[in-house]
Amino acid sequence: MLSNSVVYAAPAMPDAARRAELIRMVRNDCGSCHGIRLTGGLGLSLTPEALREKPDSALVATILYGRPGTPMPPWQGFMSEPEAEWIVENLKLGFPNVKSH
Amino acid sequence: MLNRINFLALMILALPGCSNVPLRGTGDLGVVIERATGSIDVVETSGRSVLGKVTGLGDLSHASVNYSRDGRYAYVFGRDGGLTKVDLLEMRVVKRVMQSGNSIGGAISQDGKLVAVANYTPGGIKVFDSATLDQVADIPSLDDTGKSSKVVGLVDAPGNRFVWCLFEAGEIWVGDFKSPATPVLQKFKHIGKEPYDAMITADGRYYLAGLFGEDGLALIDLWNPEAGAKQVLNHYGKGEQKLPVFKMPHMEGWAATGSELLVPAVGRHEVLVIDENNWQEVAHIPVHGQPVFVVARPDNRQVWVNFAFPDNDTVQVIDVQSRKIVQTIHPGKAVLHMEFTPRGESIWVSARDDNKVTIYDSETFAVQGELHVDSPSGIFFTHRANRTGL
Repeated sequence: MLSNSVVYAAPAMPDAARRAELIRMVRNDCGSCHGIRLTGGLGLSLTPEALREKPDSALVATILYGRPGTPMPPWQGFMSEPEAEWIVENLKLGFPNVKSH
Repeated sequence: MLNRINFLALMILALPGCSNVPLRGTGDLGVVIERATGSIDVVETSGRSVLGKVTGLGDLSHASVNYSRDGRYAYVFGRDGGLTKVDLLEMRVVKRVMQSGNSIGGAISQDGKLVAVANYTPGGIKVFDSATLDQVADIPSLDDTGKSSKVVGLVDAPGNRFVWCLFEAGEIWVGDFKSPATPVLQKFKHIGKEPYDAMITADGRYYLAGLFGEDGLALIDLWNPEAGAKQVLNHYGKGEQKLPVFKMPHMEGWAATGSELLVPAVGRHEVLVIDENNWQEVAHIPVHGQPVFVVARPDNRQVWVNFAFPDNDTVQVIDVQSRKIVQTIHPGKAVLHMEFTPRGESIWVSARDDNKVTIYDSETFAVQGELHVDSPSGIFFTHRANRTGL
């Protein structure tokens, strides 16, 4: 029973609690270079306008593996590929804000 | 009797020219940045309390603060290019200017009359009258090819100078602002790849820029600028695979302990010890993660170190003499900054995701107090007002 639920529990979409963590991570930790408003800093702007022309797969790869030769580090130790895809999708839509506590 | 006291109190409040601000000095004041809400808390270190809040400072996701020399006014530099002058006594915004699209920090001149801001977008520095925030100079950061760079590592230096780095161009510029409207620039080129931040020693003599794009540091001796910039520690870590850096180290807190500098390594979980006489690395101290701030206690006997994501729940204390870690503490989630009280008996530590600032006894590490602050980041006390480079 338990093993069944594990087998079927690999969601393409992070659940609500994980989404909240990812939002916090993007706003705060990505934000330390890209700005809490994601309008850029040492890192590039991550607004929908800035990302519109960039293919999703390239952005997902940048998040997971970093960009050698630049300060952008790899985040694959902290999120899965579906989670990186979810981040890219939402960056292009206009990224959600951290819910106030 | 009671009536008489009330009457006297009313008389004092009613004195012409007086606001309701009680008479007090500013030497024990400071601010804590609330990064998510664009506000600052005004704090005092004698009673360890929050005195009040000032709002409307824009995007403070990256922010830094300089002080007027009387310690009354805080100049707050926000991520969105906003420069805000805040009166700590009246706890209000005196003036606010949007001076660029995206800025990283600032500096106040030796004479206290000029405030300079370092900008990412567009690059360059802008210089303002510290009283009025009227702009007095605008210096773009164009290299020889006409390309603009982000400006980082802006500090003041003796002689009413400012010093700053051009990130993409790999240059250090020194501006002499004795005549503020017609500054005299001196440019040091090819100083190294991607200077990401810099510091100046407390005596104002040495300017050191950390390099991201290569190993080592760029050094300028401001007593002998004709000698040019030289690279030091460039043997450091050669051939080793760097670890990823999830948050850039900050140089401002670089600990200068008299004859040695303790600095964060980049891409290595180490604090480097540099001999200030020959600029050689004399030791490296393994630490818990990628160091962000390496801050010396005012007596220079110990330094406190915090770390980048994902190790940002931890702070370590290094004993300078033995170069050993003597304490590891966990002040909360996402520790962003640490600030010593003026003479160093206490240290204030911000934990962003726990919405608190914890105050430690810097000798026993006992908790002396805890303040609720919304998403706190930088902590800046007014004794910075009288220190070169802060």
